[in-house]
Amino acid sequence: MTRKTLLSVGFILALGILPPIFYWTGNAFWLDLATRLVILAIAATSLNLILGYGGMVSFGHAAYMGLGAYAVGIPAHHWLYGGLEAWGLATTSGLVQIPLAVAVTAIFALLTGAICLRTRGVYFIMITMAFAQMVYYLIVSIEEYGGDDGLVIDTRSELPGLDLDNPLQLFGLAWVSLVAAILIVRMVINSRFGMVIQGAKGNDERMRTLGFNTYVYRLVAYVISGAMAGYAGALLGNFTTFISPEMMDWSRSGELMFMVILGGVATTLGPVVGATVFIVLEEVLSDLTLYWHLPFGLLLIAVVLFGRGGLIGLLNGRDQ
Amino acid sequence: MSALLKIDGLNKSFGGIKATDDLSLEVAPGEIHAIIGPNGAGKTTLISQLSGMAKPDTGRILFKGRDITGQPAHKRAGLGITRSFQITSLVMELSVLDNIALSLQAREGHSFRFLKPARKVTHLREAGRALLARVGLEGKADMPTKALSHGEHRRMEVAIALGAGAELMLLDEPMAGLGFEESRDMVALLTGIKGQHTILLIEHDMDAVFALADRISVLVYGHIIATGTPEEIRANAAVQHAYLGEE
Repeated sequence: MTRKTLLSVGFILALGILPPIFYWTGNAFWLDLATRLVILAIAATSLNLILGYGGMVSFGHAAYMGLGAYAVGIPAHHWLYGGLEAWGLATTSGLVQIPLAVAVTAIFALLTGAICLRTRGVYFIMITMAFAQMVYYLIVSIEEYGGDDGLVIDTRSELPGLDLDNPLQLFGLAWVSLVAAILIVRMVINSRFGMVIQGAKGNDERMRTLGFNTYVYRLVAYVISGAMAGYAGALLGNFTTFISPEMMDWSRSGELMFMVILGGVATTLGPVVGATVFIVLEEVLSDLTLYWHLPFGLLLIAVVLFGRGGLIGLLNGRDQ
Repeated sequence: MSALLKIDGLNKSFGGIKATDDLSLEVAPGEIHAIIGPNGAGKTTLISQLSGMAKPDTGRILFKGRDITGQPAHKRAGLGITRSFQITSLVMELSVLDNIALSLQAREGHSFRFLKPARKVTHLREAGRALLARVGLEGKADMPTKALSHGEHRRMEVAIALGAGAELMLLDEPMAGLGFEESRDMVALLTGIKGQHTILLIEHDMDAVFALADRISVLVYGHIIATGTPEEIRANAAVQHAYLGEE
């Protein structure tokens, strides 16, 4: 237990300390990679809350990242080209954009979750994916925001005391956000609310006969998870400064699922380890060969077959 | 005698099969009311309708004089009805104590509490341990639920029903799959809580039924053919014919 905690803390610290060192020693590229990794790890951590602990296999999580990114991009666009001033949405202020990202994704999660959570199993997977594709095509159809050509974010979110144009500061914000996301998910999972969510995953019928309206509990978890992914999306928009509907494609949602499963579902650090291995392997393999998807796919099959608890499960070694 | 539970003309069909056929029944407060009947008589279907997991086609269910026929399962649990399952129904991924603590947690209103770790809520954990001691599982509190034996799972089901503070416990074959000794322990356990909770007991084990029940109803093809004390049921010719077999 203590050894595991020590390893976890060490891993997170290394994730925060090593990339700036790379940067200072002239390898700015690795800081870039790490920033993307950390942002995706936040989204994977949020997905783990519902997929891992709640048993809700959402295949539409990338849509939340996309919505979060557009909540940064659209106000920045109007700030530059006019429009929406009356709504106060022509702004580059992060203090508007980021809460907007969280609010929009929370509302989207509430509305779609209320429908999706009436279904189970394969139907749930399909309907979450369908809603995500709806958002995808909605954005594609809006020409003002570039349609499927995407949208350039000319000015990053302005936050007091932070300069997101500075790659080190952007990375720092992402890393601190990741730590916060991990702690929030941990807190939620261990709370009474979290016990109900986990109980409903294991035995929904039992929880209902005990008096828990599991539908409402699931919906609340779904909203928390969606809002966290929206926040991660706002960071991603600031990182790439170019956003397009492609980032909400179902294959992107698949990648997030891959990270969670690869690292280990329903473990604190699984999604972070999964995201790290995913991003680093993608980088290394795509350097080696154009056909990097094949070894990548084989790896996923191997992890699912042999390490049922994901990479974290393999590290733990013990069967619990 | 005012009934705690009153079932009035309940009907439920699956396709062409009448699982519940004009079933009426009253359960008095504090009694152990057993329902016996041959396989396929509709016993579990009845429990499912009472707990809200299945909807009757027609008829009414009154709990404490209140019509609960249309209430969903989680609402009925809030009113004081808890069921156990014929096939063990626990959260296998959580520890034994977690399962019991959840049943206690269910009693304290909503669980939209996000800050404090549930496993550090002392009064839930202590009350949970006390309940486990009551069903003889105090040593297993921190084990994963899936590591326990079938007999221990059955006792956990009783502890959960107790934890949920059920005024009316619907016990669906608590002795199912138990060995001789385990059955005896279960009878002792249920005897111990007799009078404190009203129990509607479905059971195949006739020795257990006649040892525990205050009254017995006999269910055949979804219809109650007789209700009475164990002595009356033993002496009832129709029951003899339909169920207990000629001797």
